Amino acid sequence: MADILTHDTQTEASLSDFVQLLKPRVMSLVVFTAMVGLLVAPVHLPPVTALAAILFIALGAGASGALNMWWDADIDAVMRRTRGRPVPAGRVQPGEALAFGAVLSVFAVVMLWLATNLVAAGLLAFTIFFYAVVYTMGLKRWTPQNIVIGGAAGAFPPMIGWAAATGSVGIEAWLMFALIFMWTPPHFWALALFMKDDYSNAGVPMLTVTHGRKATRAHILAYTILLAPVAIGAALTSIGGPLVLAVSAVLNLWFLKGAWAIRARDESEAEADGYRVEKAFFRFSLIYLFLHFGAFLAQAALRLNGIWSW
Amino acid sequence: MSFRPDHELHRRRLGRNLGLGGALLVFVLLVFGMTIEKVRNGVPAEAMLGEANTAQPSTGAGTGP
Repeated sequence: MADILTHDTQTEASLSDFVQLLKPRVMSLVVFTAMVGLLVAPVHLPPVTALAAILFIALGAGASGALNMWWDADIDAVMRRTRGRPVPAGRVQPGEALAFGAVLSVFAVVMLWLATNLVAAGLLAFTIFFYAVVYTMGLKRWTPQNIVIGGAAGAFPPMIGWAAATGSVGIEAWLMFALIFMWTPPHFWALALFMKDDYSNAGVPMLTVTHGRKATRAHILAYTILLAPVAIGAALTSIGGPLVLAVSAVLNLWFLKGAWAIRARDESEAEADGYRVEKAFFRFSLIYLFLHFGAFLAQAALRLNGIWSW
Repeated sequence: MSFRPDHELHRRRLGRNLGLGGALLVFVLLVFGMTIEKVRNGVPAEAMLGEANTAQPSTGAGTGP
């Protein structure tokens, strides 16, 4: 009886702790981009199979997030932004997070294979491996290019969605991949500029820590310039059209304007106004990606009705 | 007659169990929906059962009673 009364209730996680392990905010981006990749493909899946494919892609992405939280618990405990996560906060045991992530990874890959095809399942398996092993266990702690190369993991979902529908990977899928891949560094470096203490306290070699903030500002501009032709290029393929081209032109001009403003500032200016420009650029980067993929989707709907397309 | 209120631990467990139950229900509905779609689209039953079941050519012998 005494055992029951003294049972440690703090070690039992709630449902929301396990949901948090899946990084739901990242998952929402994965769901959206995978859905667009699947819907703009020239082959159309039956609705329930399409829904299942998106769900399994999202589950795979969430599983890799759980593996990331298991491995990075030491870093997360130091950073203000992440110290409330279930593992560093002690609500979920590291072993539980590992088992949860590993089992869900296998489940998501096998189910995507059974629901769609081996190409999509293989890409999902590679994405989980890339994020959990290559990025989390390797690049993140070793190189300031962690964000650049690790960004590939976040760029795969639309390609997996495309592969789920077509069974192959075309130039359009590669361009959607490239769009997210090139977008990721400016997005995260802008965040690193105004969350400056977090990364340096945790010993993560972010570009802001290793090469300085001036170099980071220059890198943001460089990647934003390189991003524009990728986005415009995608607008000229079969997933693009006049609508995508118009939206892309406006978004890239606005994004470039923001990157230029970041490049033109120095730290004293940024600190004086509480990193207003950097925060605005970070917020707009989310809108940039959402509207780009939204435009792909809207263009596909127009094409289906035979209006306003290439 | 009074019952002791549930301990917070039990509420947490109930939440987890309901979550797992919901996830399983969604999974069952998805598999059911996909099966219906495959049947409607004319996918042969052998293909749905997987390669292991279709690899053996049917000889009519040794198939049991």
